[in-house]
Formats: sequence, structure tokens, C-alpha cells
Amino acid sequence: MSTGIFGCVQLFFSYFKELVGREVTVELKNDLAIRGTLHSVDQYLNIKLENTRVVDQDKYPHMLSVRNCFIRGSVVRYVQLPPEGVDVELLHDATRREARGG
Amino acid sequence: MSGGPGLESLVDQTISVITNDGRNIVGVLKGFDQATNIILDESHERVFSTKEGVQQLVLGLYIIRGDNISIVGELDADLDSSLDWSKMRAYPLKPVIH
Repeated sequence: MSTGIFGCVQLFFSYFKELVGREVTVELKNDLAIRGTLHSVDQYLNIKLENTRVVDQDKYPHMLSVRNCFIRGSVVRYVQLPPEGVDVELLHDATRREARGG
Repeated sequence: MSGGPGLESLVDQTISVITNDGRNIVGVLKGFDQATNIILDESHERVFSTKEGVQQLVLGLYIIRGDNISIVGELDADLDSSLDWSKMRAYPLKPVIH
């Protein structure tokens, strides 16, 4: 296994780069869910969103005046994607290739 | 790394940082590094509670370790001043559980 965990991160990094410009919902490990347009992503899977809104604004008014935000990769629990943004076949192949070790 | 979600564009701007323990710190971004450690100037904490409106605690110059940062938000000044935080009531954010 030459690529290991690093290879896996690279895979998802490339995958998220394909989704730039799409509308996604990022659920954080503090239960906050933020919806916005994916602006960019880096190798740590830090995410930058534009035109953000918190999904339950009445419960979480803390970010009412924030329109663009940077989310640290380490606090992301889920990223909800648009269904048309997921090429399942491609991901299957890529993850299986990773699992075989290249 | 070019084109990644760096914080360059936010330097000298007012930002709202949400930390892993659920605190919300607002200040001017003065510096940052690869690990998302950040330097905040003229910072204050916004304390949310259900009993009273948002309280502001003056903190001054702060360095926050990247490990402890959840979100760095760009504060829209017009939007922010149009909101009456003293009337806003909400539970504090939950801490991050890894």
C-alpha cells in the first residue's frame, strides 16, 4: 500500500474540487448545518462557502451577519451534495483502486 | 496552495470566529498560518443566552490556536449593524464533539 491515507485524502480532495460552484450543505460536529455555494476546498478538506445561511436560523442566529465563511475540515461531519453532483460509478472505481493500493 | 480556501482575502477585515467550545469571537483578522492559527485584533466575544440579549465581552488582541477553530466567517458590516444583537436570544452553540 503505497498511497495509504494520504491517497484517500487526495481522492476526496479531487472529488470536492469537482463540486466547486455547486450548492452544498455542510453539517458540523457541533450540529450546526450551513448551506451555501462551494467556493473552494484544500488538501485538509477545509471548505469555503459563499452566500451561506444556517439551516435552522431561529435556533442558531449566531451567524446571521455572515455571508461567506471558511469551515475547518476537522469539524465537518457530513457534506450533503446535490444528487446530480455524484458520479457513483466513478467514485466506486476510484475507492476500489485506493483499497487495492493503487 | 493557490486557489484553496485560504484566509488571505479576509486579512484586515472583521471576522466572526466560532471555536470548538462554542464561543463566538468577533475581531479584525491580522494574521493566520497553515494550521489556521489566527491573530485577531480588537476582538470581543459575543455571549448568547436565552435569559438576556447578546452580551459583548472585550478581549483585545487574541491568538487562537487552529485546533480550536470551527468556522471563520466574513462579517458583513452593514448586515451586522442592521441587527439588534441586544434583543437576540439563543442557546449558546454546542461544543464540537469529534
